[in-house]
Amino acid sequence: MIFYGLVDGSDASLKKYLASLSGVDQVGADARAAMLATRSIKAASKRWAIDTAITMVDLTTLEGADTSGKVKALCTKAVRPDPTDSTVPSVGAVCVYNDMVGIARTHLDLIGGQHVGVAAVSTAFPSGRASMAVKLQDTQDAIDAGASEIDMVIDRGAFLSGRYIDVFNEIVAIREICGSKAHLKVIFETGELVTYDNVRKVSFLAMAAGADFIKTSTGKVAPAATAPVVLVMLEAVRDFYAMTQVRIGVKPAGGIRNTKDAIKQLVLVNETAGPEWLTPTLFRIGASALLNDLLMQRMKMDDGYYASPQYVTID
Amino acid sequence: MEEKLSFEYAPAPESRAVVSIKPKYGHFIAGKFVAGSKHFPTINPATEEVLSQISCAGKAEVDAAVKAARKAYTTTWSKMSGKERGKYLFRIARIMQERAREFAVLETLDNGKPIRESRDVDVPLAAAHFFYHAGWADKLEYAGLGTTPKAHGVAGQIIPWNFPLLMLAWKVAPALAAGNTVVLKPAETTSLTALLFAEVCQQAELPAGVVNIVTGDGTTGALIVNHPGIDKIAFTGSTEVGKIIARAVAPTHKSVTLELGGKAANIVFDDAAIDEAVEGIVNGIFFNQGHVCCAGSRLLLQESIEEEVLEKLKVRMAKIRVGDPMDKNTDVGAINSKEQLLKIAELSASGDSEGAQRWSAPCDLPSKGFWFAPTIFTGVTQAHRIAREEIFGPVLSVLTFRTPQEAIDKANNTPFGLSAGVWSEKGSKVLWASQQLRAGVIWANTFNKFDPTSPFGGYKESGWGREGGRHGLSAYLKGVSHE
Repeated sequence: MIFYGLVDGSDASLKKYLASLSGVDQVGADARAAMLATRSIKAASKRWAIDTAITMVDLTTLEGADTSGKVKALCTKAVRPDPTDSTVPSVGAVCVYNDMVGIARTHLDLIGGQHVGVAAVSTAFPSGRASMAVKLQDTQDAIDAGASEIDMVIDRGAFLSGRYIDVFNEIVAIREICGSKAHLKVIFETGELVTYDNVRKVSFLAMAAGADFIKTSTGKVAPAATAPVVLVMLEAVRDFYAMTQVRIGVKPAGGIRNTKDAIKQLVLVNETAGPEWLTPTLFRIGASALLNDLLMQRMKMDDGYYASPQYVTID
Repeated sequence: MEEKLSFEYAPAPESRAVVSIKPKYGHFIAGKFVAGSKHFPTINPATEEVLSQISCAGKAEVDAAVKAARKAYTTTWSKMSGKERGKYLFRIARIMQERAREFAVLETLDNGKPIRESRDVDVPLAAAHFFYHAGWADKLEYAGLGTTPKAHGVAGQIIPWNFPLLMLAWKVAPALAAGNTVVLKPAETTSLTALLFAEVCQQAELPAGVVNIVTGDGTTGALIVNHPGIDKIAFTGSTEVGKIIARAVAPTHKSVTLELGGKAANIVFDDAAIDEAVEGIVNGIFFNQGHVCCAGSRLLLQESIEEEVLEKLKVRMAKIRVGDPMDKNTDVGAINSKEQLLKIAELSASGDSEGAQRWSAPCDLPSKGFWFAPTIFTGVTQAHRIAREEIFGPVLSVLTFRTPQEAIDKANNTPFGLSAGVWSEKGSKVLWASQQLRAGVIWANTFNKFDPTSPFGGYKESGWGREGGRHGLSAYLKGVSHE
């Protein structure tokens, strides 16, 4: 059903739909996230969480200085994060700029990484400030080059000035290009939307417009994936599932640098959206530095001591 | 096929090695631990393990404690400057912080509350009360009671089992800051942290007799209440006992403050932030196993959102982790005593027989110890016993209303008036409702938040006087106009 029967595509119906959402109390959301951060995850559950988190990593390089060498190295690491331990699972995907998609896909396929996706940031990432024609072409290019996941940014300016329908229509248009070829992740840049009310509103907007995933941030703006923001988004996907029986994924990105942070994210998922979301098809973590900390904690659990950083690879 | 995923949290037990519990305790009188008689066991309600033997103080011990308190008041404490008294309070506060882990573990063992709560709420708040009142000690002339407010003398203090150390702090800190000396009796089932606090008094080198702690049951409490050598009574506990105390002290010179029961309404309007309201409902009634006098035990839901809220509440309640209080991931621990468990079960059974619908969170309860699953009753009306009587357990009565005025009328339609909660994103409605509610503490878009600067106390049968803040301090002072 188009837009899940929630809106008919008109400005009026979208406004009505967004107005029907209850607000978010900032103090309460912060307190809930802080409480969940006190969960103590030990022993077998920690081991499970580390391996699960590894499979959820979207291993990311989004730099002006990216080269084909850098991207190939990243792909190698994505497939076999720890060259000395074949029991370490591959990550969920690599996440690169548009022009690196072809290089990443080719290299992954070459080294037996067919199961690792390539996510392309799109629609004039990270600012989203370009014409619609450019954004559409940007997305088409990435798909043509073999991207299986599109991480688009929304037009935050349009959202903040109340032109929700413009944001909605952009997502619908990109969704159409993605078709069945690519999963669509919609990046909100919650650090620019600021309020939790906005986060809840934009989450429902994006889900109705056809997002497969909702994603916090580009990683270029701070604050990024704070625990309360992720909590509000997880509540949104949970409520959206209750309304539509469709599960939308969540991707926090930016600021999740170590194992402790990653496990806190998994606890948030487990106790908010529910254990059904604890799979890479519904939860991803956008990160670059995180993977090495996960590997080091994993080694520590096996060996009983912390290894030197020289035992994990730097790519 | 999709892989079945589950994230089971492995046990994360706090170590009990940090506490050393003696096999037998006496009383703390005149700065010394003295042997007691007539011992009775104190148990860990989560396992029924006997932790120690506690002495039940009789007339001789209470007399000795009052005498020591009087002597300390006359010879030392009343002569000391406020600045010097404040130093002792600061010292006690710092030692409590240093020994926070010990206090938290002991509280959890003796009371059954989750370690997360004793660690994050009870102990830090108890220390905060000492810090706050330490600051008052040399500023009493600014308490609004004239330029020369005076202490009462010896305060007799009787505290409950739900927040043993925290209630001790609520009582002892303002009493000492105002210049009184105290004889304190902890609750029969939870004496251990009070006895550990006695060690802290020694460690702080508090002058002998300023704090005296006698343990025992209701008979010991009666000896304190009726003792002619006591000038002020402060009691926290049931309304039933509060009434007995009020009658007992009425013909005497004693001042009295009473902090009694409650049946708080937690009102959720249709324009509330629903997820946070659900969180507040859970925190309101399941915090500390519902052993909270100000618990939000009556949920008043606007009818238009009843279904949505109840659905979300059940999903949330299914996530509550009930079990070993020493596990850092436990949300709801053990019921404090068998007696209390029977009372909760009896009142819940009345809910069934009066036609309310019971729903309990699915959880595995341990086979030993005293446990009650988090429970809600829907279809409750004002006429049900579970809407009128204090259950003091993890049981929520859900009622509905149609208009804001109806919510207020129902909320106020109770002999109690300790606390209330209001949930709405509309500021004007929150302010209006707060003005209409007859309750001593009203939380807006939150619940069960405590702070030493904020006065706490009830209307009607919920008590006399306030504790905390300047209002609470004044209960331990005589203003010029009183003389």
